[in-house]
Amino acid sequence: MLSRVANSIYWMARYIERAENLARFIEVTLNFILDRPDSSYEQWEPLILATGDEPDFKERYGAASAQNVVHFLTFDPDYGNSIVSCLTLARENARTVREAISSEAWEQINEFYLWLRASQNRSMTLDSQFELFQKIRMESHLFSGILDATMSRGTGWQFANLGRLIERADKTSRILDVKYFTLLPKIEDVGTTIDDLQWSAVLRSVSGFEMFRKRYHAITVRRIVEFLILDRDFPRAVRFCLDGAERSLRTITGSPDSVYCNSAEQRLGQLRANLSYADVESIIQAGLHEFVDDFQQKLNHIDDAIYDTFFALRTL
Amino acid sequence: MQSQTQTMTFGNYDTERIHDELFHENGTPRNGARLLIEQLNSMSIDEVIHRQQAMDRALMQMGITFTVYGAEEGTEKIFPFDLVPRVVEAFEWGHIEAGLKQRIQVLNRFIHDIYHEQEIIKDGVVPRSLLEQAKSFRHQCVGLNPPGEIWCHVTGTDLIRHSDGAIYVLEDNLRCPSGVSYVLQNRLIMKRSFPQVFMASKVRPVTDYPSRLYSTLAGLAPPHIGEPTIVVLTPGIYNSAYYEHSFLAQQMGIELVEGSDLVVRDGFVYMRNTNGFRRVDVIYRRLDDDFIDPQAFRADSMLGVPGLFDAYRRGHVALANAPGTGVADDKVIYAFVPEMIRYYLNEEPILPNVPTYICDREEDRQYVLSHLDELVVKSANEAGGYGMLIGPASTAEQRSEFAFRIQQDPRNYIAQPTLCLSRVPTLAGERFEGRHVDLRPYILCGKEGIWVLPGGLTRVALVKGSLVVNSSQGGGSKDTWVMARNEEEAVEAETTL
Repeated sequence: MLSRVANSIYWMARYIERAENLARFIEVTLNFILDRPDSSYEQWEPLILATGDEPDFKERYGAASAQNVVHFLTFDPDYGNSIVSCLTLARENARTVREAISSEAWEQINEFYLWLRASQNRSMTLDSQFELFQKIRMESHLFSGILDATMSRGTGWQFANLGRLIERADKTSRILDVKYFTLLPKIEDVGTTIDDLQWSAVLRSVSGFEMFRKRYHAITVRRIVEFLILDRDFPRAVRFCLDGAERSLRTITGSPDSVYCNSAEQRLGQLRANLSYADVESIIQAGLHEFVDDFQQKLNHIDDAIYDTFFALRTL
Repeated sequence: MQSQTQTMTFGNYDTERIHDELFHENGTPRNGARLLIEQLNSMSIDEVIHRQQAMDRALMQMGITFTVYGAEEGTEKIFPFDLVPRVVEAFEWGHIEAGLKQRIQVLNRFIHDIYHEQEIIKDGVVPRSLLEQAKSFRHQCVGLNPPGEIWCHVTGTDLIRHSDGAIYVLEDNLRCPSGVSYVLQNRLIMKRSFPQVFMASKVRPVTDYPSRLYSTLAGLAPPHIGEPTIVVLTPGIYNSAYYEHSFLAQQMGIELVEGSDLVVRDGFVYMRNTNGFRRVDVIYRRLDDDFIDPQAFRADSMLGVPGLFDAYRRGHVALANAPGTGVADDKVIYAFVPEMIRYYLNEEPILPNVPTYICDREEDRQYVLSHLDELVVKSANEAGGYGMLIGPASTAEQRSEFAFRIQQDPRNYIAQPTLCLSRVPTLAGERFEGRHVDLRPYILCGKEGIWVLPGGLTRVALVKGSLVVNSSQGGGSKDTWVMARNEEEAVEAETTL
């Protein structure tokens, strides 16, 4: 397909996934604060840290409070990664390729965007905030579902799948990193109810609480790391995402297993293989933060390689 | 549930002695409109309004928009749509269709002649001076031989009905006529709302337009190519007709490309794919001539493809419409079309032009200058209703400004008598009132022949009394129903959805 069209589909999917993940983070934080209202400040700052855009926030808003963080992340049009910015870009990308995605997918993303824009002007109570983020999550699920149900598994769908899984892997690793970083230093909290609550919140933010419980029952840090990074079956686990991303990439190029024919396949293949043979002990020994940092850098390199291989302007 | 005050929605409708497309002067519905009026009369006005709103929502949801330049938001607006269609009887359509076929045949011959021997000028039918000053004449096209000697593959000709009841041609749009996507989507929405009327009325379908367009385009490919690669070339999402470009590409199942997606090498055109480059054989270009190739036309164009025109000249890629058609899409040249019909075909025009005064002619110019308050003055090359003076509605200041312009640049102006366009009932608040309409049928001209879409875009001036129907100046659209002549002619019989 046209490089430009593939590029737009890839980014449309990434932006919707990004918006959904942001909504999840906020929702979970709101939930957590209901259990620990006095820890409010401690909960909002990590959210900003998780975005990686802390300098931008500090410059324009100063100290983190529930109100300004939620506004920054949800409705700030000048923040490139706010939910509304992501939706605008996703929809714009969809509009330029509406003939390549199904008309149902276009109509839904269009409605999603129009609804979110209209919501900005309504004043928000705590109740309506919950409703808002829940709806964002649901609309994103709907979009994914429509895409999956109405698009042939041709190159277009594969690029969309590639985009959303890479974004999801990035965001899952990010939320784990931030929570781990902010939660662990308090040694005295290990094994307490507070600790449990914090980690439950992390699991809920990726809709993984019930699945985790089914597999592991009691929460320990090790199991959380194993579940969110190395699990092969849970759809938001990093390993699962990379497996799916690599399959889509190989479907696009037609390369057989264990052979790479471009830099994107090489890098993604290497990263997926590393995860396939990793174990929790070594990750924690080496340091989770270091692991995630390295992981995110490699993901960025993969994104660059995808661009170079498929989207960049080439000479004939 | 019946409302208490159940009056017939058309009970108070008054044609005000202006020709109405759905009603006779005595208030009875015209033949083809009978079932429709019955249906509308059986609904309360609240139901009608409700249905109109549902249609508006559907359009919004489908994102059927266009961009208005100069508006504050500068973004997308829904092209307003009114639920009452215009109805055209079968026999009348036969007449219109024959006239359009005659006209497009002649226009193609004229354009070909102009870029070759210019016989029509040598024989004194069209003055050379008029041609030399034509802004859209492209010297780059002299001597070119497009496939089948066809230059205009897609044409939109604007028609109006005057108070004498006759249909006149208002203008030919031979470059990038738009609006057919609205025709198709309007029909889709109407079928959902009035399925019974469609079943009973035998309205001719419009849904085969995309496949007809596709065959027309495919027929232009160089003959040795088995399965030609066809694309739609768009200036991009900020173009006012972008929705249509995207819609047609999707309906035909072909790629929508922008200039930057194409590259020319060794006189062949290729598109940039994820897995390399793929040769393109036919381009349905929705880009004005000036912008298609910075090497051949405007050098500052970022929208075109360097080398495209060269590939076209060599016959390696076909362009629809061919570059250079603008020479006939000129309001002054328009005035000569009846003469062209006589010259090339030795026939009388089936569809007449609106009587036109050519300001370049001394006699006409004097008449125009002394009757500015009665005439509609148009600039030869501006589209969309801009650059126009509507005499009877103008101020003295506007008239004197136009008088000045005409004297400065007479070749660029024509004038026509104020027409009284026919009207169609249109929802205005809580009642139906007549609003002026025109009609733009679409004509496809390919190697296999000429095909006219049954119906077309009925544009309506939504403001009471206004004659300006253009989308860019507050007009709207309606569905157009052409009645089937007999049982053999295909109808929209299939159920909706």
